[in-house]
Amino acid sequence: MPTFSSDEIARLASLARIDLTPDELTRFAVELEVIAHAVERVSELATDDVPATSHPIPLTNVWRLDVPGAVVDRDEVLAQAPAAEDGRFAVPQILGEE
Amino acid sequence: MSTQLVDFDDAVARYDPVLGIEVHVELGTATKMFDAAPVTFGAEPNTQVTPVSLGLPGALPSLNQTAVEYAVKIGLALNCTIARTCRFARKNYFYPDLPKNFQTSQYDEPIAYDGWLDVELADGEVVRVEIERAHMEEDAGKNTHVGGHDGRLQGAEYSLVDYNRAGIPLVEIVTRPILGTGARAPEVAAAYVRTLRDIFRTLGVSEARMERGNVRADVNVSLRPSPQAPLGTRTETKNVNSFRSVERSVRYEVARQAAVLDGGGRVVQETRHFHEGDGSTSAGRVKSDAEDYRYFPEPDLVPLAPDPAWVEEVRATLPELPAARRRRLVTEWGFADAEMRDVVNAGALDLIEATTAAGATPAAARKWWMGELSRVGAQTETPLEDLPITPAQVAALQALVDSGRVNDKLARQVLEGVLAGEGDPEAVVAARGLEVVSDDGPLLTAIDAALAAQPDIADKIRSGNLGPIGAVIGAVMKATRGQADAGRVRELVLERVNG
Repeated sequence: MPTFSSDEIARLASLARIDLTPDELTRFAVELEVIAHAVERVSELATDDVPATSHPIPLTNVWRLDVPGAVVDRDEVLAQAPAAEDGRFAVPQILGEE
Repeated sequence: MSTQLVDFDDAVARYDPVLGIEVHVELGTATKMFDAAPVTFGAEPNTQVTPVSLGLPGALPSLNQTAVEYAVKIGLALNCTIARTCRFARKNYFYPDLPKNFQTSQYDEPIAYDGWLDVELADGEVVRVEIERAHMEEDAGKNTHVGGHDGRLQGAEYSLVDYNRAGIPLVEIVTRPILGTGARAPEVAAAYVRTLRDIFRTLGVSEARMERGNVRADVNVSLRPSPQAPLGTRTETKNVNSFRSVERSVRYEVARQAAVLDGGGRVVQETRHFHEGDGSTSAGRVKSDAEDYRYFPEPDLVPLAPDPAWVEEVRATLPELPAARRRRLVTEWGFADAEMRDVVNAGALDLIEATTAAGATPAAARKWWMGELSRVGAQTETPLEDLPITPAQVAALQALVDSGRVNDKLARQVLEGVLAGEGDPEAVVAARGLEVVSDDGPLLTAIDAALAAQPDIADKIRSGNLGPIGAVIGAVMKATRGQADAGRVRELVLERVNG
């Protein structure tokens, strides 16, 4: 049975950019454990001759021709952004990059 | 804090450098990798975007077939195995240049793997670079940072993002550790990237213009005390985008890491930034979770399974690659290996081939491009291909020489005229009146005048001493302002004296 420490939950939260309170960390550790346990049961069925499956439908090579299509209206899109300038999205400065 | 450096030659005498290079190439498709937004260089910001490029909720990717074909071409040109089946994966990270918060890439199943590329250095030595993999992924948008660099004004700083580049198809080519290059490591690194650039252009899969960032290299360098020692800790200098910068960044890292090791320190595994100004590198921000990309298979794209028969078709239609072409041309043209290397290093191969195709002999084409035109190019700091003269014009000029209508001296004046924008060689000859005097009359007048000025010359020539004939030819050239055919003058002098 997999178990999760609060530290592990805190790290996952940080990777996902989610702020969690100490109470939530504890609660999610328990809830995730339940989920992990449910998923773990799959391994009871998986045997060596069953390859890992990422796509359940046997379909390959779904593609399109390299032909330009419609683009979105820039003003309309920028109007939905919190901030824009010179036709571009304005975002907070990212530290440590030039 | 000033960085300690060891003299490069000293460093490579005591340490064995090991390289690893990741090259990203932007494919020259008409549309993006996963949506039909057009790809055009220099378009107004955010005008080449769709809900997919912008990562809008619910937008679904749709794979560009041509991008797959180009990736297969690259894989084949690099002697890779093409995967029978492969998948896309999400590489998760938060950064404003990727609005989806993940980059669609390939992880454990690249489209091409296990290849090699022979890289020829300037002196002809060939280094085989092993290719670990070539995988497909999408480019990110472009951030422009606004605001002062004064820390106190940090609150006022922000970034502007243009998503035109987000989703442009990339192929990333990753080498295995490149061993045994020693003091030539910087040169090998640059030559490898250049060789790839040439291949991309030949395949027609990318314009591969370094200055536009079509080709970008991440250069890994590590040092170890000897070739028998385990690999040392590496640094990765990101986004180096010229051949010269690749070379300089390796030199710098070798010198810097040697100093760290000499001082008993340990090289920190980190990404570094290259600075064009002084050729140095500096540590990038250490991100504790930077490597935790939590890759997982992209559920919105089904696996890719290039049909082996189709792959073979693509292989059969690959153009002749640069190395094979050089081998063929050196034989066809009869140049010495060293001559050929000079031609290649001068960037004159295409020009000479085109000049030859326009009718000149390879030797004549080489003479012009590697002689007079190289001189002009060096003087004006202009690459040969950017000189204002076409291979057809060079061939036409040589035809004028071959037919005897201009001599070498006049030909150089014609060239000058062409380079000055006065038109084709014929037009310059006509406008400047540069044709050799083919009418014997004016030549004989000049010869008679020269012989009369120095009467003893005729006697000497008549007695078999042909030395002074040069003085007569010189005088005739002067009189005709260089527009005489020296061979014809010589014949006429002999006739005149002996006749």
